[in-house]
Amino acid sequence: MSAISFQQVEKTYGSGVRALGGVTFDVQPGEFFGLLGPNGAGKTSLISILAGLARATRGKVTVMGHDVVDDYAAARKSLGIVPQELVFDPFFSVRETLRIQSGYFGVRNNDAWIDELLASLGLADKADANMRQLSGGMKRRVLVAQALVHRPPVIVLDEPTAGVDVELRQTLWQFIARLNREGHTVLLTTHYLEEAEALCQRIAMLKLGKVVALQRTSELLASTANTMLRFKTDHALPASLAERARVTGRSAQVSARDPADVEAVLAQLREAGVPVEDLEIGRADLEDVFLSIMTAEHQP
Amino acid sequence: MSSTRIVLAGAQPLFRKEVLRFWKVAFQTVAAPVLTAVMYLLVFGHALTGRVSVYDGVSYVQFLIPGLVMMSVLQNAFANSSSSLIQSKVTGNLVFLLVTPLSPAAWFLAYTGAAIVRGMAVGAGVMLVTAWFAPPGLANALWILVFGFLGAAMMGTLGLIAGLWAEKFDQLAAFQNFIIMPMTFLSGVFYSVHSLPPVWHVASRLNPFFYMIDGFRHGFFGVSDVSPWLSLGVVGGCFVAVSAIALSLLRSGYKLRH
Repeated sequence: MSAISFQQVEKTYGSGVRALGGVTFDVQPGEFFGLLGPNGAGKTSLISILAGLARATRGKVTVMGHDVVDDYAAARKSLGIVPQELVFDPFFSVRETLRIQSGYFGVRNNDAWIDELLASLGLADKADANMRQLSGGMKRRVLVAQALVHRPPVIVLDEPTAGVDVELRQTLWQFIARLNREGHTVLLTTHYLEEAEALCQRIAMLKLGKVVALQRTSELLASTANTMLRFKTDHALPASLAERARVTGRSAQVSARDPADVEAVLAQLREAGVPVEDLEIGRADLEDVFLSIMTAEHQP
Repeated sequence: MSSTRIVLAGAQPLFRKEVLRFWKVAFQTVAAPVLTAVMYLLVFGHALTGRVSVYDGVSYVQFLIPGLVMMSVLQNAFANSSSSLIQSKVTGNLVFLLVTPLSPAAWFLAYTGAAIVRGMAVGAGVMLVTAWFAPPGLANALWILVFGFLGAAMMGTLGLIAGLWAEKFDQLAAFQNFIIMPMTFLSGVFYSVHSLPPVWHVASRLNPFFYMIDGFRHGFFGVSDVSPWLSLGVVGGCFVAVSAIALSLLRSGYKLRH
């Protein structure tokens, strides 16, 4: 039985916008799974359908074998969602918020686990503070605690580190990695591809509502040019390189198929009289793979 | 566990949260409406005593008190469920409820139940303070409780529907100002419909709020403009109708699940 299963999921909104066009993939129990894609790819629509916030136009979605429509109560009990938006109820303290959320799932006398969550997420000294008094990062931690308060076997993190500081990221990932080691399934969407590369065992990439890649992270990294030249320059690149380079300000990256290709790129730079600084030769990362896949799909 | 017990178990935490929500700001949600009702009593009681004919042997201030109590019950029951829902929708924290296994029936019971508690709490507060001016008497406490409860339940349910429908605060304000407020004021809170011209007398009979106020008042004086049984039938029927609408909207995920 899959932890999460999407089968031919389609979603067309009332406005006529088609957000998902037949998405199919499974997430296995205990997996740390990444769902990547540019803005508008359909990630949030897919997660909304999974959480019961939206309804699929066609297709079937299950959580731990429970259909999210026909058996919604069991499906939602199996799921903990960390929403993308930083939302909170201003009437309550952190502890009250967690007790209330726990009660919605029928879990009473849950203070021992709530205390553990507060301690693990660095919120112990804020337990009795009103939600309005917390910083953005603290509110984000409470969102994570709310998603975990009923101990769901499947955790969905929808861009959990958007706009948060390094310290929180470290705390959050250590905690989520621990839960994953203990057997929880994690589905992560993020725009921080280095996080996905470091954490996810498998990755699905969505584009315009369709799955354009679905592989183990290591296979994805090996699937494209595995050498990358990175350097800085104040000069324009020669035309032969410009079309295959990714340039951000002074920084440029050029992919190379093999050592001979690396030599060829360097030769072209030398011949064009382009001085370079901070030259590095390394393997392609997930961002390179992501851009490569997204760009390839644009081509007819 | 039977399905009824599952619904009740689900409704309980949401009900507690909704009651806690208004209780945390009780100065605004309970004390302020009591003060408003006292102001109505002082101003209208002073201005209209001797000008409006009511029941034999009943002073205008005595007549006015049950009307003001019921008006406060109705308005606050409506405000509780509608404001809670619209705030959660606008601020986005309704997502915490939408991802839970709570059934539509549990939502309905919790929001309506909390609205009844607030409506009754404000009504009791208004009663305690205003009765000091002119005790209105007590003919049949059961009618008072039945109409107070049913009126609060109906308005709490109507507030739930309004909260589901509204997407912005101004839409909810329009619902409140153009539907709830006129129907409350034209329901006989401040006068007996027998003192109205025939056309307005008939129009009042089409207003379900009139039956809530009239039935409630019957519990104090033992007399009313129409039979309390007729009022009970109308109010009960309206409550069943709005409950069916609210449950249907919740089941369909109207403006909640896209």
